[in-house]
Amino acid sequence: MSGLLSAAEWGVVALSLKVSVVAVILTLPPAYFLAWLLARRRFPGRILLDALVHLPLVLPPVVTGWLLLLAFGRSGPVGAWLDSVLGVTLVFRWTGAALAAAVMALPLMVRAMRLSIEAVDRRLVDAARTLGARPWRAFLTITLPLSAPGIAAGAMLGFARSLGEFGATITFASNIAGETRTLPLAIYTGLQVPGAEAQVARLSLISVALSIAALVISELLVRRSGGSRAHVL
Amino acid sequence: MFFEIELEHRIGERTIALQFQSQARLTALVGPSGAGKTTVLNCIAGLVTPDSGRIAVNGVVLHDRSHRIDLSPELRRAGYVFQDGRLFPHLRVMANLAYGERLAPAGARWIESAEVTELLGIRHLLQRMPGTLSGGEARRVAIGRALLSAPRFLLLDEPFGSLDPARAEELLQLVERIRDSLDIPILLVSHDRSEVERLAGEVVTLQ
Repeated sequence: MSGLLSAAEWGVVALSLKVSVVAVILTLPPAYFLAWLLARRRFPGRILLDALVHLPLVLPPVVTGWLLLLAFGRSGPVGAWLDSVLGVTLVFRWTGAALAAAVMALPLMVRAMRLSIEAVDRRLVDAARTLGARPWRAFLTITLPLSAPGIAAGAMLGFARSLGEFGATITFASNIAGETRTLPLAIYTGLQVPGAEAQVARLSLISVALSIAALVISELLVRRSGGSRAHVL
Repeated sequence: MFFEIELEHRIGERTIALQFQSQARLTALVGPSGAGKTTVLNCIAGLVTPDSGRIAVNGVVLHDRSHRIDLSPELRRAGYVFQDGRLFPHLRVMANLAYGERLAPAGARWIESAEVTELLGIRHLLQRMPGTLSGGEARRVAIGRALLSAPRFLLLDEPFGSLDPARAEELLQLVERIRDSLDIPILLVSHDRSEVERLAGEVVTLQ
């Protein structure tokens, strides 16, 4: 296997996996909370929240990246706070690439989870309540496990989306070899220099393989735990 | 008084209005379909908040609009057997039965799980998933789950509906046994005249 790619190329793959895994883990809790909120609650501003969650899906990624720069840049309100209080810098770091990927993955993850939460019969939650379960326990024992296929599918979709993240990442985290140069950025970089065609092809092939694997695993997870109930794609 | 119910609830264009008191161990609630019988049960269980009224069972006030009392469902401790069973599809029969049992306050339990599985004849089903049960089996498990949650009263919504006659008769005898041997008030919704005549001490009609 190691002969297939150069050390630098393996580095790119490893970085991409790290960025995507962290992005998905980072996004899971807020995505599930937003999905639950949108699926189960009626409140003023719900349509606005729904639109906001979907924004990264339709906004030019470069705009998302720029907005992240405004908020999380060193002089941005959140970025300055993170820097002074926690000593964390996101810009030009792999953590910044993870944040960009997380924001871009959020809408897809929320969509998948929301579908599965909506598919959980509320009357089962009612039944749990009459049996003595407080709302929290009813959520943990009924809604959460029954929507697990959506969580798994959402996570895999988010992972696949994160692997492909380009625009917001290059805008916010820049294209720094070994730090923020993930697969798509490395492919783009390869296209800028003459004679790197073979490298571009190898990295593209890896991209395709990883994406297909993520989608297949997502579909299998849904089938295994949910029968033919839900399809997210 | 076992049941003291006085409620008014509007659903769409219709208003459900009901007032009754019952001393009987088993009270039947009858009425044409669509009259709102299930809504009344939901109000008593705390799943639906009536527009106005007062609900007390066995001397405990569960809901009183004018005194701003409204216990949440988990505090009312209704043994509610839903018309559609509502077994938890991701849990084995055993875990379904144990769900309310684990949550019941210690000391409040008045029946053992061994006794329930015996009484309902569901011992051989304990390891099964709800999806693999027949209608009658699921109904019996649902009744068992409700009994084991140490309920202070039972709400039975058409427990014999859509069962074959032999199964229905078995369950009917079971409800008779519960009525005669266990000291908890039962409210039964039914549209079957013979069932009601056989089981109920008092009959309430919802128009």
